[in-house]
Amino acid sequence: MARPKADAAALAALMAGLPASAQGGWLAAAQAAGAARLAAMGLPLRRDEYWRYIDPAGFNAPLADPARPSAEPGAFEGIERVRLVFVDGAFDAAASDDPAAAGVEIARLAVAGAADIHWARELHGAIEGAAHAAVPRPFAALNAARAADGVVIRATRPARLPVEIVCRSAGGGRDVLLRHLVRVDAGASLTLIETLQGGARALAVIEAEIGADAALHHIRLEPQSGAHLGQSHLHARLGDRATLKSFTLSGSARLVRNETVVDIRGDGAIAHVAGALVAGEGTLHDDTVFVTHAGVACESRQVFKRVLRDGAVGVFQGKILVRPGAQKTDGYQISQALLLDESSQSLAKPELEIYADDVKCSHGSTTGAIDETALFYLRSRGVPAAQAEALLVLAFLAEAVAEIEDQALAAAVQSRLAGWFGQNMAD
Amino acid sequence: MLEIRNLHVWLEDGGKPILKGVDLTVEAGRVHAIMGPNGSGKSTLSYVLAGREGYEVTAGSATLAGEDLLAMEPEERAAAGLFLAFQYPVEIPGVGNMTFLRTALNAQRKARGEAELSAGDFLKLVRAKAATLKIDPEMLKRPVNVGFSGGEKKRNEILQMALLEPRMCILDETDSGLDVDAMKLVSDGVNALRDAGRGFLVITHYQRLLDHIRPDVVHIMAEGRIVRTGGPELALEVERNGYADILAEVA
Repeated sequence: MARPKADAAALAALMAGLPASAQGGWLAAAQAAGAARLAAMGLPLRRDEYWRYIDPAGFNAPLADPARPSAEPGAFEGIERVRLVFVDGAFDAAASDDPAAAGVEIARLAVAGAADIHWARELHGAIEGAAHAAVPRPFAALNAARAADGVVIRATRPARLPVEIVCRSAGGGRDVLLRHLVRVDAGASLTLIETLQGGARALAVIEAEIGADAALHHIRLEPQSGAHLGQSHLHARLGDRATLKSFTLSGSARLVRNETVVDIRGDGAIAHVAGALVAGEGTLHDDTVFVTHAGVACESRQVFKRVLRDGAVGVFQGKILVRPGAQKTDGYQISQALLLDESSQSLAKPELEIYADDVKCSHGSTTGAIDETALFYLRSRGVPAAQAEALLVLAFLAEAVAEIEDQALAAAVQSRLAGWFGQNMAD
Repeated sequence: MLEIRNLHVWLEDGGKPILKGVDLTVEAGRVHAIMGPNGSGKSTLSYVLAGREGYEVTAGSATLAGEDLLAMEPEERAAAGLFLAFQYPVEIPGVGNMTFLRTALNAQRKARGEAELSAGDFLKLVRAKAATLKIDPEMLKRPVNVGFSGGEKKRNEILQMALLEPRMCILDETDSGLDVDAMKLVSDGVNALRDAGRGFLVITHYQRLLDHIRPDVVHIMAEGRIVRTGGPELALEVERNGYADILAEVA
């Protein structure tokens, strides 16, 4: 479809405010390729199929407001891990841990990208680039075009420690673009945590290649509240018997769009994508998931739970595409919303597109209010109304948190959630 | 302990009167039973006392040890010492039974200005109480009432009662859905709690439960009123002749 001329001008204005292009190494060429992909697609428009429920204007326009400095503490303080800290997009070596402790190869994109030869070169833009054929993902390409830094990780065996990428803000006024390239080789495994603590406007993209019998566990934490304007993408490709488990905890943010695009190429692979959202006034949050089954006997699962109040809008767009030959596919998708008042809104668009005949695919979506009977039962035992409501809300969200495989990490996330509701989860 | 005077209650949805002037006094240390046919207002009475929404009190009063129950939130009534054992205990997926019990107990203690129990002390307490009710410790780990049998749910109600130590206990058809053995177990749990400082109001259709939990006073409720009050022999009369004779007599 031909794009209006205004679109090209808008794109140029947006690009002018972004970090400069890389000057050398293979990253410069990869960025140029990203820019070409973006130019071919253009910026998204409201009339685009996957932008109907969320106006892309907040992402398309040049950045207006500087960030608020991050205030929320980390959620994994008691858990041993390797932290890599970025402040307003710039790597903060002093605040970061020694990457060698993780037992995997870790480098900064800015450093790896300046080399002539690096394995990450083949990955940059490869998985994301292939995704556009089904649905254009302009911001993933925009990120490819201008993200100058990020983390490049390769696991050739099970990682010793989880790796946490922390994105903080000291009140900077620029767009923050980070691109992380992750390769989990055959038989290896890695837990990757993304802690997003604001920033003027963040656009983070992970491209992950998960090899045969390899596993990537991904946990993303977004801030509880604030003027956060952000997009996070995960583009993953799975080999034979590979496992991907991705979970995102989201709070109240002005505008957030998270896209998870999973390409299951191998046979017998497993992909779980889950999210828990707690959103309040002035919030628009969109989870867009696209899982493609190309391998035989693979399982995919999407579990999204959201709690909305004070006029918050939560959007879920989840698709399962089963390609011809992807027999014995087991696809499941559920999105559930708990509306704590009548002004909030949950929009869900589940999609199944199936071209194989021996598959099992199901999807469900529910929207409801808090269970008054359960609330009365708790109160009749002496639990004050607000606490009773918090217990029920946490129980509702716990099903999504349960998708996190690591018990200690799941407990840390549940405890963070409980803190959001003023509950102490000491036991 | 519990004083109900001329209580009139309407159902908010549908706007019809359910209770039409209930008068009832339960003294500390005594067990009162209310029997009556379906639709006589027995369960409504229990819900109104516990503070469930959906009912409008149009006249009358209800006090617990002199405090106005009807002016309190449900949690305040609980902290004041009122406990309702539900006819249909509510399943709460995702909330662990142990978390629920501890949250409830500590919320009540806090409301009364008492120190909250530590996790360790609570565990000891709940294990001891559960053992006397033959409650499997596994049941404490499961979500509240989820997947519990009818008997397990009722035993869980009595466990809550034993833990919270209310001074006024209302049992709403606690015998429904119980087999003979379960009824014995539940009744033993209730009897163990009988003491001079505690009042009981046992709501039931059948005399059967009253063989196990022996009442001091029996009331017959019909059409939203207490129509007869007597001793335990009144329950036996109902068992023999049904409600028809009594209702005809008072009509």
